[in-house]
Amino acid sequence: MTTLDLTGLTTRPSQIWGGVRLVPLVRDEPVVDLRLNPRLYDDTVGLVEVGPRQAYISYVPHGFVATWTGDGTPAAAYGTQLSADADPAPTATMGLRIHRRMARRQAKDRLRFLPMHLALEGYLALHFGGPSIAWEEWSQRAIRQGLSPRVEEAYAGAEARGLAEALRVFEIHPGQCGVMVYVSDALAAAFVVPHPDDYRALHSSLLQDLYGELIHHYALLMPPVQDFRARIPDAEIRSLAQLRTAAAEQERAWAQFHDTTMATELLEQEYTWQSVHRMGRFTLSRFLPQFRPKQGNHIGEAITDDRGRITYLKTFRLSESQVRRGHLLSRLAANDWHLADTAAELGLSDDQLGLRLDSAGFGFLLRQDILDGYRKQRRT
Amino acid sequence: MDSYGDLIAADDVLLFVNAAITSTGQREFHSDAGEQRLSLDFLHAYMLGNYRDLYAGVLALDINDHNAVLVIRRLLETAGEATADQRRSEGRLIAGRLATLPPQRVYGLFDALRRARVNNRRSRAIMRDWLSARPDAAFDAVKYRGGLKRALRHAHLAPATEELGAFVFAPLTRKHYETPLLETWRRAHYEQAALYELPYTAAEGFAAKHGIPRKVFLERIAPRMTRLEALRLRDSAHRAGATGIPADLARMPLTRLATYVLSLPVEDRLRRRAELTHALGSAAGRVAGPHRGSWGKVTAVLDDSFSTFGSVHKRRRPLAVALACHHLLAVLAGDYTGLWTSGRTDALLTRPYGPTPLGRRILDALDTAPSRLVIVSDGWDNAPPGLAGEVLRVFRTRLDPERRTSVVHLNPVYDAADFDVRRLSPTVPTAGVRDAEDLPALVELAQFAEGRTGLAELITYMDTRATRMLDATHQERAR
Repeated sequence: MTTLDLTGLTTRPSQIWGGVRLVPLVRDEPVVDLRLNPRLYDDTVGLVEVGPRQAYISYVPHGFVATWTGDGTPAAAYGTQLSADADPAPTATMGLRIHRRMARRQAKDRLRFLPMHLALEGYLALHFGGPSIAWEEWSQRAIRQGLSPRVEEAYAGAEARGLAEALRVFEIHPGQCGVMVYVSDALAAAFVVPHPDDYRALHSSLLQDLYGELIHHYALLMPPVQDFRARIPDAEIRSLAQLRTAAAEQERAWAQFHDTTMATELLEQEYTWQSVHRMGRFTLSRFLPQFRPKQGNHIGEAITDDRGRITYLKTFRLSESQVRRGHLLSRLAANDWHLADTAAELGLSDDQLGLRLDSAGFGFLLRQDILDGYRKQRRT
Repeated sequence: MDSYGDLIAADDVLLFVNAAITSTGQREFHSDAGEQRLSLDFLHAYMLGNYRDLYAGVLALDINDHNAVLVIRRLLETAGEATADQRRSEGRLIAGRLATLPPQRVYGLFDALRRARVNNRRSRAIMRDWLSARPDAAFDAVKYRGGLKRALRHAHLAPATEELGAFVFAPLTRKHYETPLLETWRRAHYEQAALYELPYTAAEGFAAKHGIPRKVFLERIAPRMTRLEALRLRDSAHRAGATGIPADLARMPLTRLATYVLSLPVEDRLRRRAELTHALGSAAGRVAGPHRGSWGKVTAVLDDSFSTFGSVHKRRRPLAVALACHHLLAVLAGDYTGLWTSGRTDALLTRPYGPTPLGRRILDALDTAPSRLVIVSDGWDNAPPGLAGEVLRVFRTRLDPERRTSVVHLNPVYDAADFDVRRLSPTVPTAGVRDAEDLPALVELAQFAEGRTGLAELITYMDTRATRMLDATHQERAR
């Protein structure tokens, strides 16, 4: 399994607001044996009615803040988690020290997310551990601590102009289990859940989600996008039945256009998967793209079922500089962190690669004397 | 043949009428209050500057109270620019419209004139005539004391009686009033029992002053409430524990009633199904009057997508209009089919939910081969976008060029960005709608929007409506 398999999800016509395009994904049959953790439903009083349920596995999305701990202090789920109990707390949480006054101000009946920079750092730390073989060029710090602390910048959805309004006026389809968010027709995020009720509960959480700088800039600067309006060629039509067929054809044409043209950078890319947890017929994994520079690259988390179909998906679009860094790191990792081999693969000399690492913000990974040597070579 | 300018004029007037029917300057689903007001203000200034006669004539149409007040205010503010003839006809139209406006709106208008420092002879005369035509001066003095006081002072008018003057300007200086209502008001300051003989809004303040529990107050004041106050307070009174508020649903106006029905939770609607259905049916029957069953085979496409929630200011208004139209059309038509966009078949349980697949529903509606197709929707066709327009265009040009089926689109929402209600297709006339009660008149008006009738016909139509309105006022006066 290397690409994302969205079988079972149908693309419906997009809804636009300003520069934001939201494409609903509707599940023909909801997945009933994997559901959002009921504690999160408790937090959304009045939003979704929870009926009696059969035995199922529950999940907690990454970054969710709730009172998981025994003493009632808020904590965040660290990485999406699966559990089999009816009412479990996630095993890996990250305690949050929130200022007393801030904690009081938080509404009890709202879903909350981890502060965004924490969540993104979490993502990247999960994906990159640091050098696996201690070649002599690497600094002690790189070997002991890996890439942490990594600081990455991202924008909360609330900062992306028009996104809040777009989510508010969006009309959720019956049976909708997912959405693809485009800003100026650049894919910002894909979000899929197993059940329509889960989607209803989490729809507004897209606003608290995080988006790359490209998305923020597009939302701020780009003009409104155009609707793909239906067009029926009228020369052939003689009866209402023919008109109906032509109308259905329009809907099919849009779904096909979206899946094969707009979403290709997400759907047709090969990913490196890392399986994290397996429970029942579901597998939680994280995936990394191939880091192709100057193209859309998405990292994310997914829960797949036994047939490899996506039941839960959340992606983040990397910015251009993040892609460059990821590209360097993935090449290094592929060559067991050996500098000379990597440089040869990329068609660079050792010192060029060293300086590229430095300008990408990874200078601290190299031993200081090695880096200084590279700089000196460069000057002469 | 109309000149190019005439066509533009007719177009502008219809655009303005649509805006003046639908927009109330409040927040809508897709735009906020500021955008609505800005957009509406521009239209008013544009109309007044270019077509003053037509602008005044619009007062005779079914424009909403908010816009009627704005029109009157602008006409009075710019009285100096009008010719003598214009002033005469404007004066009649203004007086006719003021007579049908709710009094609080009129006092609000007088206040706005005062703030805008408009105090010309015409304005004063209009205020004098309106005040002297009020049926009960004492009642106004109690219920709208502030408004009346400012109006009297601004227009330099003498109060109807000397006692009324004292009541309005120095109320607590007298030990006794001859007029019973004024005396009750005076006593209500000291005696709890007296306040139950005052109008509800005046009594509410005294109840707070005396610290009367809400439950007791609501139960005892119930007979003094107006129809709409009773409807509005019925459920909050139930929550407070007061049960004795009789709201006779069958007497309520149709669209108000629909709003009330939609405000109820689903269980209540199911439990009171017979009562609510009967009330809606009889309200619709009253509106239809002699036209009952005269519209032939009618199919309606009614929008209940999420956007019909409207806004917190106009809660479920677009949906309420659709529900009211559903019941009204059922009475008007000989053979009626109502299709909701969500596919729901039980109109009573409708709620704003889901996307707007208008195109598909219109196809379903055309399958029933109606003689009239009525579409009630805010025009945000999004599943897929533009399909409704394409279906209507192809149907009009290829399948029904002889116009066996007449199609009309009624839109309850003003689109601030476009200065008009959102249209589905240029081949189908679109009219704004605020109250379903106006539906027959709007369908009449919508034929102008098709672009087949010119300015001359439109002016004739507006003159007819003006005469009808003035006749109605005269009959009212004569009684």
